[in-house]
Amino acid sequence: MTQLFKPELVCPAGTPASLRTAVEAGADAVYCGFQGPTNARNFPGLNFTRDEMITAVDWAHQRGAKVLSAINSFPTAGRTQIWKDAIDDAVSIGVDAAIIADIGMADYMHKSHPDHRMHLSVQAGASSPEAINFYCERFDIKRVVLPRILTVAEIKKVHDEIPCEIEAFVFGNIGMMAEGRCALTNYVTGLSTNMDGVCSPANFVNYEEDENLNLTTRLGEFAIDCISCNENAGYPTICKGRYNTVHKQEYYAFEEPISLNLTALLPDLMKAGVTALKIEGRQRSRAYVRSVVSEFRGAVDAYSEGKYPDISNLLALTEGQKETQGAFRSKTWR
Amino acid sequence: MTNQISPILTLGPVLYNWPAETWRDFYLKIADEAAVEKVYLGEVICSKRAPLFDPHLEQVVTRLENGGKEVIFSTLSETTSNIDRKLMKKIAASEGFNIEANDVSALWHIKGRPHTIGPHMNAYNEESMKFFTTNGATNICLPPEMPAVGMKNLGKLAGEIGVDLEVQVYGRIGLALSARCYHARTWDRTKDSCKFICDIDCDGMDLHTLEGKPFLTINGIQTQSYTCLNLINELDEIIACGVTGLRISPHSTGTLETIEAFDGVLNKKLSAEEAAVKLEASRINAPFSNGFYYQKPGFEWISNGSHD
Repeated sequence: MTQLFKPELVCPAGTPASLRTAVEAGADAVYCGFQGPTNARNFPGLNFTRDEMITAVDWAHQRGAKVLSAINSFPTAGRTQIWKDAIDDAVSIGVDAAIIADIGMADYMHKSHPDHRMHLSVQAGASSPEAINFYCERFDIKRVVLPRILTVAEIKKVHDEIPCEIEAFVFGNIGMMAEGRCALTNYVTGLSTNMDGVCSPANFVNYEEDENLNLTTRLGEFAIDCISCNENAGYPTICKGRYNTVHKQEYYAFEEPISLNLTALLPDLMKAGVTALKIEGRQRSRAYVRSVVSEFRGAVDAYSEGKYPDISNLLALTEGQKETQGAFRSKTWR
Repeated sequence: MTNQISPILTLGPVLYNWPAETWRDFYLKIADEAAVEKVYLGEVICSKRAPLFDPHLEQVVTRLENGGKEVIFSTLSETTSNIDRKLMKKIAASEGFNIEANDVSALWHIKGRPHTIGPHMNAYNEESMKFFTTNGATNICLPPEMPAVGMKNLGKLAGEIGVDLEVQVYGRIGLALSARCYHARTWDRTKDSCKFICDIDCDGMDLHTLEGKPFLTINGIQTQSYTCLNLINELDEIIACGVTGLRISPHSTGTLETIEAFDGVLNKKLSAEEAAVKLEASRINAPFSNGFYYQKPGFEWISNGSHD
């Protein structure tokens, strides 16, 4: 195999400790958010205060790693100031780029900080060259994080038709719905993925075991799955639950509880012109971050030197030990 | 441009895969009998379905326009494949027509010509509204999860900057989009090999929990609420926010009666209570909901109008 352009490895940092772990394990860049509703992983115990962000950016920059700030939820009318403050603070703290989803916030950032680097979040759901070109033309977007709904062949095509860099998810939890266009959590809990940055919030999750050790997982008042004692229970997200229809019973109507693992497709993605490879998991433990980042560091380095790395370890880290290449390999996924 | 003073009823696009003749006859009836001023027309969910309705399009458009309706062509809500991209271009790049953009790729083709922003466009706040308006939008339909407080803030601004504001007030709620077709998946097919199986469910396919509780509705790549949104009791409040377009999302039964009930309230011929009784009689086989409006779970029904 010939040598390939070495892409940037973009890794999750839910906390300052995870950030350090990811950088030490070989991340070229980390992405993280401020505490509160301004990012799409607004979970208790996660994310950075302003002071923590200042320290983290300084620490990462000393080690040659970039920090990307996710400000990628959608402010409801009446509270845009919280998001504007987050953008202003991220810029003044000196993050390497802000990752924006809301078109109004992209407009704000472009007008207020025209020289600062802006990435388009996966939450913006820009899935075609036309959509990406619109964002680039209007807001001078430097990089688009592609939705997880395109095949590698389609990514190659997108790459050839847009002026900006591409960042693609390669590993971790995979939501089944188009990013930025899912109100399922809000339908059940009253908290919105887009407006509040939450998906299947833990305080609405319940596990109930019956006398046969079958486990019913519940979000709010709706049963999401019922898991027998010999199955691995995934975290109850609506799009990975089991349901009934008239035509088919007890089936994963949207997707099974599986994780995305594109390790085997890395060379294809690198050839397709992907600039940055993104690992999901700001809510995951430091041990998880360390393992996944070091495995990917090894794999990316090996592929770019024309070698074939051993990628078997990553399977053990996927959700329920089940993995998928999702939409990336072929259209039959759809 | 000035804001419309009196609110109007609009009819959202048919979101399901009805037989082409049923689709045509539905719109002919709307043209002749329904008190809606705007009719959104076109395939929003699946590019594969669009050609099925083409043979009847001209007749439907002519009849609607003769019936005094303004016709607006809705684009797809998601663009990934080449077929999607071609259909998006065909609709959104057409000059001389009113277009409802449901995906940002539409804005690339529209190039600043006057247009409408559809409910799939994530117009959540003042900055988005200003951006869309500056870019040529004359009407913005808010996302269905927008709570009353958001409507209020945006309604005020809409009046100031001269853009019309629209919200869905009736019909199943679009909750999510995906690249995968869940109708096809249920039948062990893929989107490419679907054989248009979604045509067997004229109001979508009910999804129940394993405990037997009705939960969601599948419509191809779209996931909808099981419940039917009904904001008849909130109509006065919504209009007071400055919302001027009230969108009814069509179903296979009861749509004309639904329009009559809402029109009755708008024209003070019916009280909200009387209209509610009529809606109850003509609804699809699913309970009503209005939770999103009250910033509560979307499936819930708040009967006392309390914002607490």
